[in-house]
Amino acid sequence: MAARETTIALRDSIARGERTATDACNAALATIDALDASGPALHAFQLVLADRARAKAAALDHAFAKDATLAGPLHGVPIALKDNIVVSGTIATAGSKMLEHFVSPYDATVVERLEAAGAVIIGKTTCDEFAMGSSTENSAYGPSKNPVDPSRIPGGSSGGSAVAVAAGMTTVALGSDTGGSIRQPAAMCGITGLKPTYGRVSRYGLIAYGSSLDQIGPFAGNARDAALVLEVIAGHDPHDSTSARRPVPSFAAAFTGSVADMRIGVPSRLLEQGVDPEVLSAFRDAIASLTTQGATIVDIELPHSRHAISAYYLIATAEASANLARFDGVRFGARVSGGSLTEMYDATRGRGFGAEVKRRIMLGTYVLSAGYYDAYYLKAQQVRTLIQRDFTAAFATVDTVLMPTSPVPAFRFGERVDDPLQMYLADVFTVSANLAGIPAISVPCGTTTTGLPIGMQFLGRAWDEATILCAADAWERIAARA
Amino acid sequence: MPYVPVIGLEIHAQLKTATKIFCGCKTDFGAAANTQTCPVCLGLPGALPVLNRHAVDLAIRAGLALECTVHETSIFARKNYFYPDSPKGYQISQYERPLATGGRLQLSSGAVIGITRIHMEEDAGKSLHHGFADSDRHTRIDLNRSGTPLIEIVSEPDVRSAADAADYFSRMRDILVAIGVNDGNMEEGSLRCDANVSLRPNADAPFGTRTEIKNVNSFKYLEQAIEFEMARQAEVLDAGGTIHQETRLFDNATGRTESMRTKEDAHDYRYFPEPDLRPLVVSAAWIETERQAMPELPEARTARFVAAFGLSEYDAKQLVYVIPGGADYLELAVNAGGSAKANTNWILGEVRRKLKDAGREDMSACAVTPGALAELTHLTERDVISSTVAKDVFEKMWATGRGAKAIVEAEGLAQVGDTDALGAAVAEVLAANPDAVTQYRAGKTNAFGFLVGQAMKSMKGKANPKVINELLKAALDRL
Repeated sequence: MAARETTIALRDSIARGERTATDACNAALATIDALDASGPALHAFQLVLADRARAKAAALDHAFAKDATLAGPLHGVPIALKDNIVVSGTIATAGSKMLEHFVSPYDATVVERLEAAGAVIIGKTTCDEFAMGSSTENSAYGPSKNPVDPSRIPGGSSGGSAVAVAAGMTTVALGSDTGGSIRQPAAMCGITGLKPTYGRVSRYGLIAYGSSLDQIGPFAGNARDAALVLEVIAGHDPHDSTSARRPVPSFAAAFTGSVADMRIGVPSRLLEQGVDPEVLSAFRDAIASLTTQGATIVDIELPHSRHAISAYYLIATAEASANLARFDGVRFGARVSGGSLTEMYDATRGRGFGAEVKRRIMLGTYVLSAGYYDAYYLKAQQVRTLIQRDFTAAFATVDTVLMPTSPVPAFRFGERVDDPLQMYLADVFTVSANLAGIPAISVPCGTTTTGLPIGMQFLGRAWDEATILCAADAWERIAARA
Repeated sequence: MPYVPVIGLEIHAQLKTATKIFCGCKTDFGAAANTQTCPVCLGLPGALPVLNRHAVDLAIRAGLALECTVHETSIFARKNYFYPDSPKGYQISQYERPLATGGRLQLSSGAVIGITRIHMEEDAGKSLHHGFADSDRHTRIDLNRSGTPLIEIVSEPDVRSAADAADYFSRMRDILVAIGVNDGNMEEGSLRCDANVSLRPNADAPFGTRTEIKNVNSFKYLEQAIEFEMARQAEVLDAGGTIHQETRLFDNATGRTESMRTKEDAHDYRYFPEPDLRPLVVSAAWIETERQAMPELPEARTARFVAAFGLSEYDAKQLVYVIPGGADYLELAVNAGGSAKANTNWILGEVRRKLKDAGREDMSACAVTPGALAELTHLTERDVISSTVAKDVFEKMWATGRGAKAIVEAEGLAQVGDTDALGAAVAEVLAANPDAVTQYRAGKTNAFGFLVGQAMKSMKGKANPKVINELLKAALDRL
């Protein structure tokens, strides 16, 4: 693929008058037309908001002609949103038949902030149903395809957003990450994906999966673009009690372009099993390059991480079982009539939800049930606390923790869909950051012999996105020179 | 066989806030269906709750008034159940760590009922099963009430009779209304009570199996429901049967309780901490602010009325507990310079009679302001008008809104206390009624009353009766 234009370059070209927001919008729509609807038919988009996007772009151009100083930090930049983020007046399916015709009457906070910054929302992207999955194969509307190899999955659950950026349809997109749903598809599609600290970005208007784990974050072609988008969407929101009252720094201002003197922790014991040899090899090469560039690699222990997958699938499903109770056919979304109220509930939820969603609701309902709560949910929360402590201990000696994003590169459609446990194990490296609430960024670190992208992730201290963005930016320079 | 009842009560009280507990929607009663709603209280995908700080203020105040320990950290939890008027499929409540625990409430009898806990939660919407053309086939849902802030106050199983249960409920209402936490409007459902009732052979026996009576919204119905339930359980036990743990509904019309659901179909609510809300942290300073802001409690006010105003305990209680707004009204009248006793007599007498005529109970319907009543009582106390005239003046004040002084002056109602004028009238009456004088002198004392009446009559009721009495007595003695 040709070198992608960056968001900052796109924005600046509009600001210099070399093209208009309308030009950028039309170019994005044309690329979507060529790659998404026809050609390789990547199906990154669940819904393209062409008319809405053109109207917003025209309004931006009009305002810019009157007063160019009003241009926002994302002036004229087309952006794609995962379809579990609501935009007023448009359908948000979250990949589910349950919400096939659901039109949101309100905007997510990130939507308000993006539009206030001049971004143009170009469409809604394909995702696993209610963000439950690692491949987009759980979308009720068909999966997205990996642009590198359309016979393979793009990763998930925010697969469509990753594809949109990887295929050059947009320069940036938003996804949501509950257990790796931004970082894993970013890795599999060969781009950058950032999960911010829990509480950094408002969740208001994000259709909830695991409320204590969900964070919205950006996909981008590089760390600098990711930093820019994060600055726009981050910050306290009075509509979200879990969003933090903390100042949002200028992340890119802290970029040094170098990893010299950076102490990087590597939990080498976690890599001993279950990691694809090519992924492991690319990761070790990356460590060697970082060492050469002056970073200090420190072997660290994250002793409780081996329980992370178990804890994650107990906590996320418990929360999901309650979060998805509102889809009952009563007020909005699909309703399948039944003789009695209970029959209506059964028919609506039975037909509206896909198999994976039902599996997780059942699992979550079970772990919260009387007699099982202490053994499962409470135990999982205790493990979560231990995992948080592991990271706190690690960050006492290192600036960032580095590990592969996914143990495997993109797999073929259907390869794992019938084996939920194998699918869950693919999240082994990503779920810890969600359980600990810390930020993590996935960056490309080479390809397999067949050219499939491989990703690795820098994990940081809570609220310290600056350090991992700086490390990601420095890594890009190292990788470019290699 | 006689049994001893064990009763515990759970009261749901709506907090008197302008807006809902987790969103900015209004809590006004009676608005058109589904007009006071937003993405949050409709449970729309992506919406999140944000705690209303004022609801916490009021819940803290209730905790303090009931002598509870208000905890620095309490935790909201999701209570999961499907019902069409519960828009999220769960209710946000508090479970393992409620806001307040360990309080007490004293009954009229002096008995003390323990308060187990007070927790905060949101109300559900309303299912409308009746009243529409298609009500035989459809249920309609009004979500205006969804998200209304509530506290649930759970008592210890300390209540020992249906009458005490009603007294507890009534006392609770008095306190919550006095401290501004609840509007006391039971018909609109602002205050509802559930009763857990069980029987045992004697006061030392272990507790029997209990049943729960749901959602009773009057003191009288609560007493009836518990009486019925006690009798029903006694009958079952006497027949050798066993009580099944179940939830029962009280029917106002029949006075009976009916089984609603048994323990077997009781919900497993699958409580877990609400991840969308941070733990509620209440600082010592916050609690202190509420302590300072707390109005005087009814018991303390009654005691003050007795001590400072010299009222009888009966009268003080009438003002504090029985007549809504009565105590506030009296305080205003006293502040306007009126005597506490005289104004109390008026409030409990004429004012209450007029309110009753108007079909009202509360002092807000009183057409005479506290200041105006104080002015009227001033005139009687200084003997400017007699109590008889005062009643006429009061009627005119109520009807016209004019002041007592203005009416007395305009209509020349001030009584005559001048001994010269009254002495002349007395002399005239004695001269005109020699028979009565003779009878008086023969020892018939009621002849004296007759002569007083004649003198008053000749003065057209405006004579000061005390002066008339004195002058008449002196004149008769001189004869």
